[in-house]
Amino acid sequence: MNLLAGPLIISLLSGALCLALWSMPTWQRRVGLVGSGANFIVALLLFQLVWLDGVQVLHIANWHAPFGIPLVADTLAAIMVLMTATMGLSVHFYSWFCMDKDMEKYGFHALFHFLLLGVYSSFLTGDIFNLYVSFEIMLISSFVLLALGNRRAQIEGALKYMALNLFGSFLFLGGAGILYGLVGSLNMADVAVKLSTVDNPSLTTALSLIFLIAFGLKAAVFPFFSWLPASYHTPPSAVSAIFAALLTKVGVYSLIRFFSLIFVDNQEFTHEIIASIGLLGMFFGVLGAMSKNDLRRILSFHSISQIGYMIFGFALMTPLAVAGSLFYLIHHSIVKANLFLISGTIHRIFGSYHLNRIGGLYRSHPILSLVFLLSALSLAGLPPLSGFFSKVFLVKASFVADRPGAVFVMLLVGMFTLISMTKIFDKGFWKPLASEYKPSPLDLSTKAYVGMMLPIGFLATLTLAMGLGAPYVFDVFLRAAEELIEPTQYLERVLGGAG
Amino acid sequence: MQTTLALLSGLVFACGVFLLLRRNMVKFVFGLALISQAINMAIFTAGGLVRHKAPLIAPDQDTLALGTADPLPQAMILTAIVIGFGILAFTIVLILRTYEVFGEVDIDEVRAVDR
Repeated sequence: MNLLAGPLIISLLSGALCLALWSMPTWQRRVGLVGSGANFIVALLLFQLVWLDGVQVLHIANWHAPFGIPLVADTLAAIMVLMTATMGLSVHFYSWFCMDKDMEKYGFHALFHFLLLGVYSSFLTGDIFNLYVSFEIMLISSFVLLALGNRRAQIEGALKYMALNLFGSFLFLGGAGILYGLVGSLNMADVAVKLSTVDNPSLTTALSLIFLIAFGLKAAVFPFFSWLPASYHTPPSAVSAIFAALLTKVGVYSLIRFFSLIFVDNQEFTHEIIASIGLLGMFFGVLGAMSKNDLRRILSFHSISQIGYMIFGFALMTPLAVAGSLFYLIHHSIVKANLFLISGTIHRIFGSYHLNRIGGLYRSHPILSLVFLLSALSLAGLPPLSGFFSKVFLVKASFVADRPGAVFVMLLVGMFTLISMTKIFDKGFWKPLASEYKPSPLDLSTKAYVGMMLPIGFLATLTLAMGLGAPYVFDVFLRAAEELIEPTQYLERVLGGAG
Repeated sequence: MQTTLALLSGLVFACGVFLLLRRNMVKFVFGLALISQAINMAIFTAGGLVRHKAPLIAPDQDTLALGTADPLPQAMILTAIVIGFGILAFTIVLILRTYEVFGEVDIDEVRAVDR
């Protein structure tokens, strides 16, 4: 059972140890990487346990629900923890070869682990106030990671990121307070049971919208996304990659958790709103991406569009659609983080992220081109990669739910994504570098290049494997989706006495 | 009392939002501080107001008597205050740093060259 606390304890210890080794950056690296590796193993074991034995609950200090704070892992949480550990390990490995010495000196490894602590804790907690605290741990670490390095653009990005995310946190806290006033509990399972007996539909709906805005701000859904493209292109690529892989996903996860477990009574209204902002986000995100010429800005705007797919799929609330949306979530984390890592490598080679200042990579770095192509085509949704299957499931679910308009938007956005990806491939990989630009490469030894290619290759293989093994992988997501739609086991295991 | 506090927290929240929308980043910090106080007050109010009934379990009892104050909202507010302090400190440092780098506190003037 204590496996549940494993990721939290390991992240906290590794982070603290890195702080203790403040003057020894080399040792911080080693401790940091060992911590990430250990978390990966624990996450695998946890996933296996949940898969074989169903929902796992740990009542901390043996205070039983609804009084204590439980850690809960259902299939979805176990998937998310495994995803976090995989991305944490890959990005940490990548950062070994390319992180600024200055950033390492000012605590990159400690902050990285504290960030992961917040993410793990958000996925595993079964208590709303604890979720708020996890959000804050994650936010504060991400503020510092974003501003660390002190370049002008980073400070500008950090300001905008901070302003909107803090407002979101306050809304969440206020919502939690009102919810407590309404039902007198903050344990998610307990709230879910008690809220269905509260006969105050207008207040409940208003409250659900407060949470929708709060999580929407974190997840960068349609009207609240402006902080994401303003900040994700500024920090070093390893930081961008871990942000893109995890931070918005925490928002999406919380949204899914709240609107499948707690706010389920007024679905015609709330889920219809979620579906519409999903569709709008898909469309406007991809339009933004097409208008940009900087690698990482393009990728940031695509995130907004992809988040739209996830929450749209969730809003349909059929097992097929929710499973498709979860499939999308994992696929997007892997692919988007990988594209950010690749853009970091390209930055090393040319000293720029701008499409006009890079070129000819297909000739000079064929393996990099191959992995880029795999990830980019997967993002755009070409078979047999993971992006194709995630779109197939969502399209099929939309037809079943009788929403041909949504299918049209999804396929249109998919086509725009493909256009935008071919633009990168054309300008950055096929076209030779324009002669008026002299590249200003940063130091990149062969050893560092190979080291950076290892996690990139691993993640590219993962997206290929997720595509080729889609039927098997889909079963896992289908089970997670069924648990979300019918959370009886979750409620029983959390509330049912000694666990 | 409940109504007064509810209205008051709404008023403070509105002032906070007004300050958040200013271009001056120092006012932005004040806005943030006000909003966090307004939220704390809202939690306090939503948790139910009880006077002169401390949540102490009587010596011969196992549970709290009915009608005593609920300590949980106050514990939550304490946590929120601590977190709010940390965040406020970071915000102020970040804005100070912005002022050093850009020489401006007007958010519209904070534009990095390498965009």
